[in-house]
Amino acid sequence: MSNKQLAYRIGEIVLVLLGISFITFCLVMLAPGDPVRQMIAGNEDIMVSQAEIEALRHELGLDKPFFFQYLDWLGRALQGNLGFSYMVKKPVVDELMHSLPATILLAGASAIFMLIVSVPLGIYSAVKRNGFLDYFVRGLTFVGVSIPNFWMGLMLLWIFGLKLRLLPIVGGRVSLENLILPTLTLGIVMAAKYTRQVRTAVLEELNQDYVAGARARGMSESHILWKEVLPNAMLPLITLLGLSFGNLLGGAAVVEIVFSWPGLGYLAVQSIIYRDFQLVQGIVLWIALMYMVINLVVDYSYTRLDPRLRKAGR
Amino acid sequence: MDKILYGLKNNRSFAIASFFVALLILIAAAATLIAPYDPYEAIMANAYLPPSSEHLFGTDKLGRDNFSRVLFGAAYSLSSVLLLVVLIFIVGTSLGVIAGYFGGKTDIVIMRVADMMISFPGMILAIAIAGILGGSLINAMIALIIVTWTKYARLARSMVLKVKERDFVTAAIVNGGKPLHILWQHILPNILPLMVITAAADIGAMMMELAGLSFLGFGSQPPAPEWGLMLNEGRQQLQTAPWLMVFPGLAIFLTVVVFNLWGDALRDVLDPRQEDN
Repeated sequence: MSNKQLAYRIGEIVLVLLGISFITFCLVMLAPGDPVRQMIAGNEDIMVSQAEIEALRHELGLDKPFFFQYLDWLGRALQGNLGFSYMVKKPVVDELMHSLPATILLAGASAIFMLIVSVPLGIYSAVKRNGFLDYFVRGLTFVGVSIPNFWMGLMLLWIFGLKLRLLPIVGGRVSLENLILPTLTLGIVMAAKYTRQVRTAVLEELNQDYVAGARARGMSESHILWKEVLPNAMLPLITLLGLSFGNLLGGAAVVEIVFSWPGLGYLAVQSIIYRDFQLVQGIVLWIALMYMVINLVVDYSYTRLDPRLRKAGR
Repeated sequence: MDKILYGLKNNRSFAIASFFVALLILIAAAATLIAPYDPYEAIMANAYLPPSSEHLFGTDKLGRDNFSRVLFGAAYSLSSVLLLVVLIFIVGTSLGVIAGYFGGKTDIVIMRVADMMISFPGMILAIAIAGILGGSLINAMIALIIVTWTKYARLARSMVLKVKERDFVTAAIVNGGKPLHILWQHILPNILPLMVITAAADIGAMMMELAGLSFLGFGSQPPAPEWGLMLNEGRQQLQTAPWLMVFPGLAIFLTVVVFNLWGDALRDVLDPRQEDN
């Protein structure tokens, strides 16, 4: 990837973020309920007059035309100020930073689990194509992609937390014990998808002419697999890994709710329930940014790893 | 259509999967006849009864029969998911076809928006959209349409671009065919099979996402017998009444399995790549 392409991609990220922020801003405007009254309602039983409400509305700039409100918000966002969350009574950025480590920890642990399970299974299943184990693995992955993750989470919680009493059922804080079940839940579902992708990628390489050539020259199967096939098959898998990691960041919301894991997804759902839209907007933007940066890094490393792309300068 | 009939006769896995899909639809359609109780009728004295011969799947906090609710849920969840997939299909395909056929500025605008939506984890946006608009089945469907149409649009566009280059389209243009006629008569029939396969394969995934939104409280609202919502209610009684969580979840899982199998088999039957060989 040349510098020009890199600059182009970064520009693209900026444009997408602008678009996403605009969409969420429109949605917030469309949302039922008056944000000023919501804010006041949060402060228990203080009596407020209509004049005070109007004053607050003016102070927050909510009496301006829509587009000016958006520009105001954008101006502040560019200075790193995503607004103030009245749900947690903290600046949105602080709360994001507070929840981020839990989400990264969960996504990282799930990704590691996924790799440990799916890479060996996928390779094995491709090499022993149509054997008993291949059918078994394919059956398992089929089940894995068809299980709703929230149901699996609840089942695991029920079995390991309530029936066997091996793990805590009360979440809410970050600890190793609390990490196990959400990691398993996300990891298993992701592993099912990724095993299929590994299998497909390895099979595709195994069908290439160079493999037949290597066999004809009498190279051992293990040499062909480890030295020729796998390095080639790994390239597309790295891209897919980047995409899965991004999905882990975003798609973990439901699982975080099941286990009360205090990450970004949990925060997102809470903030929506409390109609704390500044926070919702902040989270959506933040996740979008992380997702796109991760994929940019992956694509960048991809071109470094693949000599063909490096040479072509893609 | 002929291919589907042929597939039913000659492709065993497609025939079996189709049988189960038909069975599911039949169960959903006949829910009112099969269900032993009224799924909405609350009998407080019967609250939290464990599964028994009277109440196969037990009862919930309002004493409603869980088995009847799961059965009615089949009708509710299946019809909403099928409607959702059809809507996504229509929105995505039409936008993609328009972008591909007319090109120019229309194409740029549609595809830029699509690019934007695709470079982004959909579920979190869907949660935000459904949540901000307020929890309801309609809003959850709107949210999922907004985040999924792009896939269909891209696919349809790329296929239209390919078909447009074929000689029979050029011939139709030379013969003075109107754009609408060409789209309808020459282009759509060529891209529809692959689009239908994509939609069929998506039913399972959409079912999980719609149920996921309901599970979070951003989809169907009580007292609807929607499976995701039932799981949400069951989740609060995990300790006292696990059957409220087990059965609706199992229902979602089995339905998704059936539709995923069917989608895969349908692809084998209709796949144009095999036709080329």
